[in-house]
Amino acid sequence: MSFRIVVLAKQVPDTRNVGKDAMKADGTVNRAALPAIYNPEDLNALEMALQIKKMRNDVEVIILTMGPPRAAEIIRESIYRGADKGYLITDRKFAGSDTLATSYAISLAIKKLAPYHLVISGRQAIDGDTAQVGPQAAEKLGIPQITYAEELLEVDENHIVIKRRLERGIEVVKSPLPALITVHSSAPDCRARNAKLLMKYKHARTVTELQEETRDYTELYNKRPYLQIDEWTVADLDADVEMLGLSGSPTKVKKIENVVLQQKDSVLLTDSDKDIELLIKELLSTHIIG
Amino acid sequence: MNNIFVYCEITEEGTIADVSLELLSKGRKLANELNIKLEAVVIGSQITDIESQLFPYGVDVIHIAQDTRLFPYTTLPHAAIVVNLFKEEKPEIALFGATSIGRDLAPRVASALKCGLTADCTSLEIGDHTENKTQTTYKNLLYQIRPAFGGNIIATIINPDTRPQMATVREGVMKKEITSKSTKGEVKVLDIEQYLSSDDDFVLEIIERHVEQQKVNIKGAQIIIAGGYGVGSKENFDLLFNLAEVIGGEVGASRAAVDAGYVEHARQIGQTGVTVRPKLYIACGISGAVQHRAGMDQSAKIISINNDPKAPINKIADYTIIGSVSDIVPKMIKYYKANSK
Ligand SMILES: Cc1cc2nc3c(=O)[nH]c(=O)nc-3n(C[C@H](O)[C@H](O)[C@H](O)COP(=O)(O)OP(=O)(O)OC[C@H]3O[C@@H](n4cnc5c(N)ncnc54)[C@H](O)[C@@H]3O)c2cc1C
Ligand SMILES: Nc1ncnc2c1ncn2[C@@H]1O[C@H](COP(=O)(O)O)[C@@H](O)[C@H]1O
Repeated sequence: MSFRIVVLAKQVPDTRNVGKDAMKADGTVNRAALPAIYNPEDLNALEMALQIKKMRNDVEVIILTMGPPRAAEIIRESIYRGADKGYLITDRKFAGSDTLATSYAISLAIKKLAPYHLVISGRQAIDGDTAQVGPQAAEKLGIPQITYAEELLEVDENHIVIKRRLERGIEVVKSPLPALITVHSSAPDCRARNAKLLMKYKHARTVTELQEETRDYTELYNKRPYLQIDEWTVADLDADVEMLGLSGSPTKVKKIENVVLQQKDSVLLTDSDKDIELLIKELLSTHIIG
Repeated sequence: MNNIFVYCEITEEGTIADVSLELLSKGRKLANELNIKLEAVVIGSQITDIESQLFPYGVDVIHIAQDTRLFPYTTLPHAAIVVNLFKEEKPEIALFGATSIGRDLAPRVASALKCGLTADCTSLEIGDHTENKTQTTYKNLLYQIRPAFGGNIIATIINPDTRPQMATVREGVMKKEITSKSTKGEVKVLDIEQYLSSDDDFVLEIIERHVEQQKVNIKGAQIIIAGGYGVGSKENFDLLFNLAEVIGGEVGASRAAVDAGYVEHARQIGQTGVTVRPKLYIACGISGAVQHRAGMDQSAKIISINNDPKAPINKIADYTIIGSVSDIVPKMIKYYKANSK
C-alpha cells in the first residue's frame, strides 16, 4: 500500500494586487479584473507533501481542488511541480458554499480517496482569510489536526512530528496518522516547475476543458490516458444536496460595503516653528497629551 | 432565551488572556441588549483566582473544566468539551479569540455543531433581517462585520437559522471594560469525563514548546507614534522613540516599515497587525493604505505628518502637518519640553 497524501489547493483571486479597476461602479468586486492564482499557502502545503515524497519511495501525492472548471489549472500547476494526480470537484450545485459546505464536499472527496495517511491544506485562502476549511474537514473526517505547520521534522507509517508557528512562539507536536495539517506561509516555499513534467503534462485536461478545445485530443488521450484530469460532481461524491451551496451554508452575506474614506475636518499645518508650537499647546490644553 | 458564551484562553502565566477579557466586555454589552446572560468557558489546569478575574467583567456563569492534560491547549479535548457543553446549553452566540488557539478550535466546533462561523470580525452588532424571498423576519440576529477580499470590502454576515451564531475576533479589536468590581455570579465545575469523547482526545503529544509572554504592548498605549516607510531608516525611527519617551507613548509602525526592517513585527498596526484605539495617533510618513487604516481609524485624535498633501491618511486626520518627519518630530519634542510643566 502506498503512503497517500491528499493536498487541498484552491484557486483564488489575487487580492494582494487590487487595483483601481477591481471594484465595479456599483461597489461589488470585479473578479474579472483580478488574476486567478494558486493560493499562496497552498503552495507551501504542496511543498510539504513533495518533501515527504522525497523522503520515502512509496508516496503518492494527490491534489484536490474545488472550484469552477478553470480551477483545473491548479491541478496542472501541481503536477508540473511533482504531484502525481489530481481531482477537480466541480458542479454548479456547489456555488455559494461557505466554509462548512465546502469542507463537507471536500471531506466526501477525501473519503473516496481512502485509505490515506495525510491531508495537507494551506492555513488560509487569501480571498476570505478564514482558515476554517482545514480544521472543518478534519472534524468531518474524524481525524486530528495540526494547524500552522512550519516545518516537517519526522514522518513514518504511523506518526508525524511537526513544528507549529504560533502567534507568540513555536510548538513541536507529534500526532498519529491519519491527520490533517494546515501549512503556514513561514514553511518552505514550493519548488519550481520541473521542465520534463511540464512537457509531459501540458496537454492534461478535464472533460469540460476538452469540450472547449478546437483540436481533437482523442488519439493523444488513447495513447496517454494519464493526461485525463478527473472531475467529480455532486453525484460522484454521493453528496446530500441540502448540505451544499447556499442551502448548506449557515452564513449569509447580508451586506457588502466598499471601503471608502470618510473625510474629516482636518486642520492643515506647515512645518514652521510657529505652527508646531501652536499644535503642541493645543494638545496640552485639551489634555490629549499630559 | 439562550445565552452568550465566550471561550476564555489561558496565558502562559495561568491568567485569562486579554483577548478573552475583551470579548467578555463586548459579550456583556450584547447580553444587556438582548436581555440574556453572559457565560464564560474556562478549560485548563490549575487556574486560580478565576472568579476575581472574570466576575468584574460582568460574567453571570463560569463553566470551568480542570485537568493536568488540558494545559497547554490541544485541539481535540478542548473541542470535545466545548461541543458537548454547547449541545447541552444551546448558546445563542459563541465568541472566540481570532488567535492561534481560537482559529484552531472554533472551526472544529462549528463543524461538529453544523453552525456558521465568521472569522476575524471587526465589529459585532445586534439587528434584524428580512429574507427577501420568503419575507420571513428574523429578530435580534448577530451582525458579524468583517473585512474581506484583502480588506477592500466590508461584509456583514448573519446566521439566520443555526445556533450558536459563532464569531472570532482579534486581540485589540474590542475594548476591555470592567463593569463593576462587586458583581458575583455562579461557578459550574464540569466533570470532564462526561464531556470528553474518549481517551483518543489525547493522542496529540506536545514535545516542545516556547511561547513568549506579551512583550511590546502597543495595544494598551494611550498615545501611539507610528512610523511608516516615509520615516526612511532605522536611525530616523529613533526620533519617534524619543518623542514617545518624552510625551509618554509607544511606537507603532506600518507594514512597509516593518518589512523594511525599521522595527519589529510586534509593532505592526493594521489588518495583519494589531488594532489600536488610542487617544492620540501620530502617523509619521504613513500613506494610509486601507489595510493600515483598518487598525487605527478608531483613534480619538489623529495627526498626520507627511510631505505629500494628497496622502490618503490626511483625509482621516484631525491635523495634517505637511513636511518631513525628520524636521517636524524634533520640533515637537522641543516645544513639548518648553510648554509642559
Ligand atoms: C492583505 C494585506 C494586509 C496588509 N496588512 C497591513 C497591515 O496590517 N498594516 C499595514 O500598515 N499595512 C498592511 N498592508 C500593506 C498596505 O497595503 C501598505 O502597503 C502599507 O500600509 C504602506 O505602508 P506605508 O504607509 O508606511 O508606506 P508607503 O505607502 O510607501 O507610504 C509612505 C508615506 O510616507 C510619505 N513620506 C515619504 N518620505 C517622507 C518624509 N521624509 N517625511 C514625511 N513623509 C514622508 C509618503 O508621502 C507616503 O505617504 C497590507 C497589505 C495587504 C495586501
Ligand atoms: N475550494 C477549495 N478547494 C480546495 N481546497 C480548499 C478550498 N477552499 C479551501 N481549501 C483549503 O483550505 C484552506 C483554508 O481555506 P479557507 O478556510 O478558505 O481560508 C486553503 O488554504 C485550502 O488548502
